[in-house]
Amino acid sequence: MQTITKNNQSAERPLGTGVKGTSVIKSEGTMEQNVFEINDLNLWYGNDQALYGIDMKVPQNKVTAIIGPSGCGKSTYLKTLNRMVEMVPTVKTSGSIKYKGEDIFSNKYGVEDLRTKVGMVFQKPNPFPKSIYDNVAYGPRVHGVKKKAVLDQVVEKSLKDAAIWDEVKDRLNENAFGLSGGQQQRICIARALAIEPDVILMDEPTSALDPISTLKVEELVQELKKKYSIIIVTHNMQQAARISDKTAFFLNGELIEFDDTDKLFSNPSDKRTEDYISGRFG
Amino acid sequence: MEKAFKDETIDLDVQALIDNKRKKKSISGKIEKLVPAFLLLCASVSVLTTAGILFTLLRESITFFSSTSIFDFYTGTQWSPWSGHFGVLPLITGTLLITLIAAIVAVPLGLMSAIFLSEYASNRARKIIKPTLEVLAGIPTVVYGFFALTFVTPLLKSFLPGLGVFNALSAGIVVGIMIIPMIASLSEDAMNSVPNNLREGALALGATKLEVAFKVVLPAAFSGIMASIVLAISRAIGETMIVVIAAGASPALTFDPTRSIQTLTAFIVQGATGDTTFGSTIYYSIYAVGATLFIFTLLMNMLSQYISRKFREEY
Repeated sequence: MQTITKNNQSAERPLGTGVKGTSVIKSEGTMEQNVFEINDLNLWYGNDQALYGIDMKVPQNKVTAIIGPSGCGKSTYLKTLNRMVEMVPTVKTSGSIKYKGEDIFSNKYGVEDLRTKVGMVFQKPNPFPKSIYDNVAYGPRVHGVKKKAVLDQVVEKSLKDAAIWDEVKDRLNENAFGLSGGQQQRICIARALAIEPDVILMDEPTSALDPISTLKVEELVQELKKKYSIIIVTHNMQQAARISDKTAFFLNGELIEFDDTDKLFSNPSDKRTEDYISGRFG
Repeated sequence: MEKAFKDETIDLDVQALIDNKRKKKSISGKIEKLVPAFLLLCASVSVLTTAGILFTLLRESITFFSSTSIFDFYTGTQWSPWSGHFGVLPLITGTLLITLIAAIVAVPLGLMSAIFLSEYASNRARKIIKPTLEVLAGIPTVVYGFFALTFVTPLLKSFLPGLGVFNALSAGIVVGIMIIPMIASLSEDAMNSVPNNLREGALALGATKLEVAFKVVLPAAFSGIMASIVLAISRAIGETMIVVIAAGASPALTFDPTRSIQTLTAFIVQGATGDTTFGSTIYYSIYAVGATLFIFTLLMNMLSQYISRKFREEY
């Protein structure tokens, strides 16, 4: 299963040292723009390899879903895109990830700059133990926005974009922990939107939510893709089929198939994809 | 042999065994009822001790205040009990001065150490540094006292030639050094228990590690940090040996740290070790000073509870 990828596996190197001289691969033959171009990405936790030679081009202003069984590396892959995976100190990568043509592992490219462009929503809602207002204003404040009038507008706009303004507008100064799980998750989405990123990474954002909250978040994703590129990891194949434009199927750290969602679910080209989506395993 | 054993066990009924056991349970049932009473007894030892101390302090202080007016005691500016002046203010300012110097030394250093340990140190560094810090907490205070007198004071004298042999500055700094581990270790515990997903949330917004430490972790751990600071300051207020050795025994109503002072605790030592006659006014004044000290620490505790309730960020 790993024979193809092992051939083009380049030398291991610590994170942060960019590979120089690799050519920027333009998306040929398509008119659409790519936000991410991933080229031969390998990743190790210590000595255990978690990702094998991933090649992928993530389109702009589309919803890209990543599906696969537990432990297939889909969350690891997502966290590599904003380098949050480096929270684990033993992580090493090889290969290149280009965000809008720039190598994100390059020394010149600051990890904080990357994360202001590539926002993230986590599996478990993780609002700060602060007021709803302060949660949403946190990002802009960190990046130097101090004027109350500006912050007020940003908070209102972000909460509206995250479709939660009506539910919380009368209690912006209450602690975000008092909200329900679904509301907390939309606060976290608002918090990510407040710094106006280009890409939003979502790591199983609805797995801790009830069906109604899930529906709200899914509707929200549809709304958000007008302005943002969204990459969403999901455990739920129906969800991927409902909300995404493109779907990637991961298995044991390899990208098995990446195609338009309609095609991948109706007419997969790989036998393993077919087995997975038809429920034969996973 | 083995076969016989197997045959024996084969028709064992677990439920029957349990029922059998239950019938014999009358004794263990009694133990079950006695244990909580025993545990309560253990817990009440410390409560009863506190009550006993309070009672003694109050009783002896009341005797003292029947001969010396409480007003004179708390407003008097001269403390020379052997010539009949019982104005406690110089001892209070002495205590406050030592505590203030100690806090100025220990709070920033302790907090910075805690932030380093919790947010920056690798696991290996933490495993070496934290126990080392805790060893600092285990050094007897009499050793700290001599460290202040024979090392810190001469060192300070090279910058401040006017410094006395006994002075508040040196004693205060060393009391501060003594309480650093308490602040560092307890604050680090508080910061370590802040869930990692809060850090991730902030990092994912493009915050730097420093911003995460100061704007997310520190506020979230605030009540634990406050508790550690107050505990350490209470310890500084009550610290005795260092000030007895390094700050001298001259009660003075002053905030000049280069001079010799006396603290509440240092006077208690002086009064208790000297040839104080049982039943004399000086003897009772020890209790009045002790009661004052008690009020101080009680106020500190109440303050800490108020602060941590008011600023708590629950996660």
